[in-house]
Amino acid sequence: MRRIISILMENEPGALSRVIGLFSQRGYNIDSLSVAPTEDTTLSRLTLTTYGDDLKIEQITKHLNKLIEVVKLVDLTEGAHIERELMLIKVKATGAQRAEVKRSVDIFRGQIVDVTSTVYTIQLTGATDKLDAFIGAIGEAQVLEVVRSGVSGISRGEKVLSL
Amino acid sequence: MHSDFEVATVEMLSGAEMVVRALQDEGVEYIFGYPGGSVLHIYDALFQQESVNHILVRHEQAATHAADGYARATGKPGVVMVTSGPGATNAITGLATAFMDSIPMVVLSGQVRSDWIGDDAFQETDMIGVSRPVVKHSFMVRDAKDIPEIMKKAFYIATTGRPGPVLVDIPKDQTAPNVKHPYEYPKKVKMRSYAPVSRGHSGQIRKAVEELMKAKRPVIYAGGGVVQGEGSELLTKLAHRLNFPVTNTLMGLGGFPGTDPQNVGMLGMHGTYEANMTMHNSDVILAVGARLDDRVTNNVKKFCPGAKIIHIDIDPATISKNIMAHIPIVGPVDQVLEEMLVALDEHGGEPDQKALERWWEEIAGWRKIHGMRFETNEDGPMKPQQVVQALYKATKGDAYVTSDVGQHQMFAAQYYQYDKPRRWINSGGLGTMGFGLPAAMGVQFAFPDATVACVTGEGSIQMNIQELSTCLQYGLPVKIININNQALGMVRQWQDMQYGGRHSQSYMESLPDFVALAEAYGHVGMKITRFEDLEGAMDEAFALKDRLVFMDIYVDPTEHVYPMQIADGSMRDMWLSKTERT
Ligand SMILES: Cc1ncc(C[n+]2csc(CCOP(=O)(O)OP(=O)(O)O)c2C)c(N)n1
Ligand SMILES: [Mg+2]
Repeated sequence: MRRIISILMENEPGALSRVIGLFSQRGYNIDSLSVAPTEDTTLSRLTLTTYGDDLKIEQITKHLNKLIEVVKLVDLTEGAHIERELMLIKVKATGAQRAEVKRSVDIFRGQIVDVTSTVYTIQLTGATDKLDAFIGAIGEAQVLEVVRSGVSGISRGEKVLSL
Repeated sequence: MHSDFEVATVEMLSGAEMVVRALQDEGVEYIFGYPGGSVLHIYDALFQQESVNHILVRHEQAATHAADGYARATGKPGVVMVTSGPGATNAITGLATAFMDSIPMVVLSGQVRSDWIGDDAFQETDMIGVSRPVVKHSFMVRDAKDIPEIMKKAFYIATTGRPGPVLVDIPKDQTAPNVKHPYEYPKKVKMRSYAPVSRGHSGQIRKAVEELMKAKRPVIYAGGGVVQGEGSELLTKLAHRLNFPVTNTLMGLGGFPGTDPQNVGMLGMHGTYEANMTMHNSDVILAVGARLDDRVTNNVKKFCPGAKIIHIDIDPATISKNIMAHIPIVGPVDQVLEEMLVALDEHGGEPDQKALERWWEEIAGWRKIHGMRFETNEDGPMKPQQVVQALYKATKGDAYVTSDVGQHQMFAAQYYQYDKPRRWINSGGLGTMGFGLPAAMGVQFAFPDATVACVTGEGSIQMNIQELSTCLQYGLPVKIININNQALGMVRQWQDMQYGGRHSQSYMESLPDFVALAEAYGHVGMKITRFEDLEGAMDEAFALKDRLVFMDIYVDPTEHVYPMQIADGSMRDMWLSKTERT
């Protein structure tokens, strides 16, 4: 099962390499990863997506918790949550395609952020499957370049991950 | 703000002096190390004081194993110092060895100047990166002012929770003698991200007690955590109170007295027949400070099919990693056992005595079947097991025994009965050949008057033989019991059993004359080839209280270690000799 694990960790050099090292060392997969400082500059928030059954995820979270720099973590997929990913995508846009692409962008509520006579650069946010669906709608043959931020997420309601 | 008065009383020290002062403030007696360019400032500071004794080894790997042996024997952290680059990488095997066996250790490594890091400077290695998977944690000193806090944290992390090695990487410029900083050693550590568990869950402990009361075929399976976690006495009390059989892991030997009638011996790959049968047929397993690792469980799918598992460990990640625990209890072994004894009193009940009686009868039957017998040769070479038995006799079972890795290690585990914790010192998790001699040095430093024997093989001893020189320098009267089977015996055994007897690269040809070698290093050497001479030679060697004696004892090269679990089977599937299996 796909999981989104969200980690608060010390914003210190070397902390990120320990998290990533743990995954490769123990043979766990990282599907996507995003990391940035939080409102408290001594802390970073790291969000990663991974796959595994309950046992494996339990091991992953236990080992993450053992890392000295990890302060707190939560498996967002255990509860109601919001997940978002940002995608910048460059697609061919010539002739009749130009209007076609524009329509798809509107349907998916994206924005065209840069334009040339042959290319649109589009910005799109949403859950991972929405971004996948957009690529499917455009058709892979039209796609020139894809940049995705990796998933970030937050719990719904009053629940917060903080100190 | 400090008042002027306070500022005036704060000591001003260089980074190098702070490192040494921190060691003093931690009460460090010994630091095992080897100098080099990047740590010279620290060596200079060490030279100008007397309370921390630096032990000069002959190879950095040996420094780590010596510190490790010291830590295993005393429970105090072992401390190491190495230079950058090759000095640091030589320490990796020792870090990994300590990490696998959860041994508290602090390793200080030099690093090139801060402004040269990343430039492929002379003797630069990314030690933080190289060591990352084999340390509990590591620190890089980025500002000399942080040294007191980093040192405090390093010792704190190494020794608390599930212990382990911590590395502190120190760029040379941070130790510059002419730059002084205020020194104050922190009294306490505060880390928001590190809080080792201090108590087990009381509800779980009570649940465990109820399960123990219901058991008809119980067993206590005690690992290295009992030794490390100072739980031996409590475990012994609990076992006596319940009259349950106890089996120890390779790491747990001595955690429950070896000669106690309730001890069914070591379990696992080379465990006793009765220990493995007791485990396999049990209905409740109380696992204490043990990892349920592959050398114990054999095929996890066939592991103890009828057993409910109560698992006590300080490390939550150990619980249900390989085998699901029915009642997990995360907490320090000593605290949990203590509370369990209280919970037993409060429960007031007793285990089912009738069932226990039947269970003990069954176990007695298993004991008769193998009983650690082995065949001796009438005329031929002596057996390695006989050597360990003779050692047991000569030392009256009261030595510190370190070992290397191979058949001799298993014989030393099987045929020497350890009645006290911290007496049996071996590399269980990583299985590091070359561990034995330096570890024995660390033990001998900790206990100068104790009898320390290193049971080794002619393969392993050559992996850190240079330490004979260190032993001479410091007058360490270690007794080296070289069980010389002229082969990489454990490899050879596998080749006999699984590779049609094709002994690919498992011979030890061109063995040195170990007696001459020991003498060249200034020690006493003895060569023993006949069983009739063994006992006398042992007595003679152990009578030489202040000399290192290298006993080169020739044994039967064809001997195998038994019992041996059959790969992919359950715990009860074993070879009992070359021809009999269960
Ligand atoms: C550093 C290292 N290299 C290789 C091995 C694999 N290995 C395990 S036992 C063994 C043979 C050890 O030979 P010896 O020390 O003579 O002991 P014996 O088995 O003959 O008693 C080897 C090579 C190891 N454990 N450690
Ligand atoms: Mg050998």
